[in-house]
Amino acid sequence: MFDELTQKLDKVFRRLRGMGILSETNIHNALRDVRRVLLESDVNLKVARDFLARVQERAVGQEVIGSVSPAQQVIKIIFDEMVELLGGESARLLVSPRPPTVYMVVGLQGSGKTTFCAKLGLHLKTKGRRPLLVAADLQRPAAQEQLEILAESIGVTVFREKANRAPDACEAAMDYARRNSLDPVIIDTAGRLHIDQVLMAELEEIQQRLSPAEILFVADSMTGQDAVNSAKAFYDKLQFSGAILTKLDGDARGGAALSIRAVTQQPIKFISTGEKLDALEVFHPSRMASRILGKGDVVSLVEKAQEAIDQEEAEKLEQKLRKREFDFEDFLSQLRQLKKMGPLAGMLEMIPGMAGRLKDVKVDEGALRRIEAIILSMTLEERRNPKVLNGSRRRRIARGSGTRVQDINRLVEQYQQMRRMLKNFKGGGPGMLRRMMKAP
Amino acid sequence: MGIFSRIKKGFSKTREALSEKMGAVFKPGRKIDDELLAELEEVLLSSDVGWETTDELLSRLKDAAKEDRGKTEPEELMRQVIASLLGEAEAATEPADNNEKPRVILVVGVNGTGKTTTIGKLAHYYRQQNKNVMLVAGDTFRAAAIEQLKIWAERTGCQMVSSMHGADAAAVVYDGFESAINRGMDYLIADTAGRLHTKSNLMKELEKVARVLKKKRETAPHEVLLVLDATTGQNGLVQAKEFTRAIPITGLVLTKIDGTAKGGILLSISRTLNVPVKFVGFGEGLDDLAVFDADTFAAGLLGDKETLESS
Ligand SMILES: Nc1nc2c(ncn2[C@@H]2O[C@H](COP(=O)(O)OP(=O)(O)OP(=O)(O)O)[C@@H](O)[C@H]2O)c(=O)[nH]1
Ligand SMILES: Nc1nc2c(ncn2[C@@H]2O[C@H](COP(=O)(O)OP(=O)(O)O)[C@@H](O)[C@H]2O)c(=O)[nH]1
Ligand SMILES: [Mg+2]
Ligand SMILES: [Mg+2]
Repeated sequence: MFDELTQKLDKVFRRLRGMGILSETNIHNALRDVRRVLLESDVNLKVARDFLARVQERAVGQEVIGSVSPAQQVIKIIFDEMVELLGGESARLLVSPRPPTVYMVVGLQGSGKTTFCAKLGLHLKTKGRRPLLVAADLQRPAAQEQLEILAESIGVTVFREKANRAPDACEAAMDYARRNSLDPVIIDTAGRLHIDQVLMAELEEIQQRLSPAEILFVADSMTGQDAVNSAKAFYDKLQFSGAILTKLDGDARGGAALSIRAVTQQPIKFISTGEKLDALEVFHPSRMASRILGKGDVVSLVEKAQEAIDQEEAEKLEQKLRKREFDFEDFLSQLRQLKKMGPLAGMLEMIPGMAGRLKDVKVDEGALRRIEAIILSMTLEERRNPKVLNGSRRRRIARGSGTRVQDINRLVEQYQQMRRMLKNFKGGGPGMLRRMMKAP
Repeated sequence: MGIFSRIKKGFSKTREALSEKMGAVFKPGRKIDDELLAELEEVLLSSDVGWETTDELLSRLKDAAKEDRGKTEPEELMRQVIASLLGEAEAATEPADNNEKPRVILVVGVNGTGKTTTIGKLAHYYRQQNKNVMLVAGDTFRAAAIEQLKIWAERTGCQMVSSMHGADAAAVVYDGFESAINRGMDYLIADTAGRLHTKSNLMKELEKVARVLKKKRETAPHEVLLVLDATTGQNGLVQAKEFTRAIPITGLVLTKIDGTAKGGILLSISRTLNVPVKFVGFGEGLDDLAVFDADTFAAGLLGDKETLESS
């Protein structure tokens, strides 16, 4: 499928080669084919339309980079845009200031709520918590037994009561959790249709009575166009704080992920990849994007494009280095590349003599952010000509970036080291870089 | 309540919103022009019909319009085109031998589509025709699956054969078959564990279930129903193809049409595989099952209020 798309795009763009700039008509034609791919992957029609409009906006007028085909370049834009729309990759769950923290799990029938509750219970148990699973599905036959059996298999306490109403059962579960110092409380609710007003009101009641730290919306990755309707209705009613995508062990493309993000703006916190209770994973936007666009092919393609782009920049950098022009601006752009691509794909890899040496460098995201903040607090002059950084300038930068003067000193020192090192490419090494990465 | 008024009930929950949208497309007196086709395309794509089948339906509509020369309203024509595509699958399947007892119905599908619930409703459907129905708990994998089916057996007054959690599914179904024969049942309905079509070991297990049934009687299973969730997108076609490769599917059941999803992927399946749709499920109650009717389905897909109300 994806090869096919690339070929199509190549055809559309063939005439463009050597023209220098991606034009509106060209892109428009190309994106028609992309739309089909998105639809085939179950991205909602309207979501796809908005998405492609954004891609178009970003692509029009871009310079054609000599060494990449325009098709590849557009695909890279599509990919980047999708990763961005899919959001960050945090599976962090909020915790209430006053225990027990409540996680309320909601969704349509058969989406995988009960299984996910048990998985979450296991996940939190291995992190040293003492969760309580609450069997609040009083609707589906043997739903409570199902949760009970799953809970037992992972050694987690389950609360089950023959209450008449789910909100009452949940309230009773809270008492039970407090008395037994169980925390967090994970509530498995009955599956329901988003248009079922009575049952939706019941969820709202649970929400009001328990004030959950998180409401998690569980959606089946095989869902098609309707994902926007259910997600939006659940979101409008409950303002859920995160989504879970299930059954990704199958071969559905999972366009629903994009649809759900687009209509609710809420992060996808976990993905579920099997019936076994340890099959719970952190959501990776770039993996999801390549899945939606057609699995592995696109990754290699994007990488190829990226490489080519990096190569060009690396060459520019090399020239700068030759002329000893490397300054904090370049430093910053390098950092951003590193942040974007992870430790292995960094631009430094491209520099002759450096390739292959960065494999075990772990990028400390926090340190990168601090460095970035420091550089951003510098004036343009300071970035271009670090020699002017005297004591009072350093104090100002420290204040501006929320760091200490020592941090600035260290960074300047490292910058100078790096400059020396890069001057004769073979002089540096991974150790050097690792030190740089970890600081300040 | 008759079958059609019940299926109508299923569709009616979402009819309002949809027919508002469709009302614009199908204002009486509209001609089939590019604008109408574009609007129709949007409706079909938003219903999970998929773009290939949408292209095909629209080109069939154009052909039909040429032949019809404006005698029929575009809406009626579109409905006919959809229904006839579904009907082709119907015609392609031979009528199964109805006389043998018990008829074995194997219910299969991916996880969480509504298999067990459909079995409960089907049992009820046949019980109302005064048939003797036995259920067999072939899902020995999912937690409390046996207990779940047991509750449906109690609700419908059916006997149930089951084994332990973790037992061999084919062996349980075989036991059920023997017992249904011995007790002169009219129907044996077998539940199976939900499985993704990508898991070859689980698909092999399904083949084995069919094989042991065949060993007992060449004609069994008489019916293999693939249960499809109406919210399923394009993966539904892959599911249908892969299940068909493992076991000959004789019919589809479309569930959860009481939601806002239209189940348009059925059209792609019909077009590609020639499997007829036999039932639709529209709720969690015993009565929420109806024999599939292509015209009603087409009307639901197009949000056509009048046809739904008159059926
Ligand atoms: N609204 C609605 N819900 C349904 C329908 N059919 C089934 N359900 C619900 O969907 C959920 C899954 O149904 P099950 O019958 O357990 O599905 P299954 O395919 O047997 O599931 P597994 O055996 O776990 O793979 C349950 O909550 C059912 O009550 C339907 O037609 N409409
Ligand atoms: N293959 C697969 N099956 C899953 C996954 N999550 C849940 N299931 C299955 O999907 C079906 C419905 O799950 P369940 O948790 O009962 O859904 P609920 O009705 O939303 O509570 C069950 O058969 C589960 O075993 C998953 O990530 N992968
Ligand atoms: Mg459940
Ligand atoms: Mg089941």
